[in-house]
Amino acid sequence: MIEVNDLAKSYGDVVAVEGVSFAVERGTILGFLGPNGAGKTTTMRMLTCYLPPSGGQAKVAGFDVVEESMEVRKRIGYLPEQPPLYLDMTVRSYLRFVAKIKGVGSAELNGRIDDTMEKTGIAHHQNTVISHLSKGYKQRVGLAQALVHSPDVLILDEPTVGLDPKQIIEIREVIKGLAGQHTVILSTHILPEVSMTCEKIVIINSGRIAGEGTPESLVAQLKEGEVLRAAIGGPKDAVGELIRSTEGVLDVSVEGDEQDGVYIITSAPGTDVRDSLARKIVDSGFALRELRGLDMTLEDIFLRLTTEEVNA
Amino acid sequence: MGNFLAVYSKEMRSYFVSPVAYVIAGVFLFLSGYLFRSILMQFNLICLQLGQRAQQMGGGMPALNLNEMVVTQFFAVMDFIWLLIVPMLTMRLYAEEKKTGTIELLMTSPISSVQVLLGKFFACFSLYAIIVSLTMVYFAILEAYGSPDWGPIFSGYLGYLFLGATFISVGILASALTENQIVAVLLSFGILLLFWLIDWSASFAGPTAAKILQYVSFIEHLEDFQRGVIDTRDVIFYLSFTFFCLFLTTRVIESRRWRR
Repeated sequence: MIEVNDLAKSYGDVVAVEGVSFAVERGTILGFLGPNGAGKTTTMRMLTCYLPPSGGQAKVAGFDVVEESMEVRKRIGYLPEQPPLYLDMTVRSYLRFVAKIKGVGSAELNGRIDDTMEKTGIAHHQNTVISHLSKGYKQRVGLAQALVHSPDVLILDEPTVGLDPKQIIEIREVIKGLAGQHTVILSTHILPEVSMTCEKIVIINSGRIAGEGTPESLVAQLKEGEVLRAAIGGPKDAVGELIRSTEGVLDVSVEGDEQDGVYIITSAPGTDVRDSLARKIVDSGFALRELRGLDMTLEDIFLRLTTEEVNA
Repeated sequence: MGNFLAVYSKEMRSYFVSPVAYVIAGVFLFLSGYLFRSILMQFNLICLQLGQRAQQMGGGMPALNLNEMVVTQFFAVMDFIWLLIVPMLTMRLYAEEKKTGTIELLMTSPISSVQVLLGKFFACFSLYAIIVSLTMVYFAILEAYGSPDWGPIFSGYLGYLFLGATFISVGILASALTENQIVAVLLSFGILLLFWLIDWSASFAGPTAAKILQYVSFIEHLEDFQRGVIDTRDVIFYLSFTFFCLFLTTRVIESRRWRR
């Protein structure tokens, strides 16, 4: 549904986005994850024909965003970071205006508006002037605006920013409900949001793609090995030596004091050294107090992917 | 056409739900009504004095031209009031969309920038035409107590429509250039005043330059209309000026798409 190929954008000498490529299949939700200023908004603006790319191509529903911009614009719904609301209009008249300029025919106009307001939970505010609405409701009207013409592709730039936790959950439910019939790209810098709503993730950092895949595949891809946490009573040096000598162990780091150390043990991917390690420790007369596997969370991946370049 | 109407009615609604339309209409009608009254009182005074003199000296009362002494005078002040007011009508048209980010909605919707522009232009022009036509009441008063020549009055109003279109196109261009409404107002004031007064320098410019300066002056072309002359040259001047500004506006708006 969406194909992005080597997309680049620079403002003068400043490179905002470079070499971004990804593809989204019909009916899936893609999460666009990155720290602030990573180039998420710029990429989305290029996909919505708001900004022309400096290089590369992007196709939405088979149409090029530069050459066939009108066809693309008919097929997308876009919620920018700042919801594009006319504050002096009522919710209903605003949605009516948007539906009209998006090309919804007058026969289905009212039906579409009612459906959309129902879906986003703003029907009871339909005659309220938008400037009188709370931030959360404004955000919903923004989402309704992107949905009102039932577009194939939805592009949502930080749809939950500035909402309270309850509203965030509600908006997420709405977005999840859209999968299947709509293809959705949503950007965020909030991690749980991605793992909760998205089937596929693209991590972007400093204008480049830093990782791509399903949440699980990203974890697998980036794991450098199995990680264990062990709390062992005994002299640090001796215990460390013992662990290191166990077959399959690649690396050990130690925390804690001389007698009660906490050891973070890395072993080769796919191996499980827990049994042999436990036996060895007990046989040597040390006290094994804790031994458990550590899962790498999306958070770890995100941090690793987005801080690497700073360290390098 | 549907898109044009959608933008047009959105802009019209916006003028009328906010106090803008009412305040501008109110201020304008108060000022123009006050000035009309003053001009009329002045005319009365002259009539009275001439009548007295005619009685004292004997002989007939000289013929006074109502059009020349009231209508033309009134038109001349109204021109200037519009020059001050039109930038207020146009300032928000693009600047506000840019500031609040709604331009992003328009630019990513399947609607051409020409449709947006024409919707905005004609909405503003309609409001202008409505307010201008309200001043026709003054001339109805003249008709009740005298016998003005309606030809120059109507052609004068026609001139106002052309002048208004030109003013509005300049204001829209200024609004498209910035996201700050104050800047938009000042910019359109600057451009309008320049073209208002540009023929002042004609007297000390060379003969060719003088002709050009006179040609591009807004007032020069308006005077014909107010004398009752509808000259195609004047019509073409206003229309081409309007088209040129509107064309520049579409270029300014679309220029975002060129910056690669």
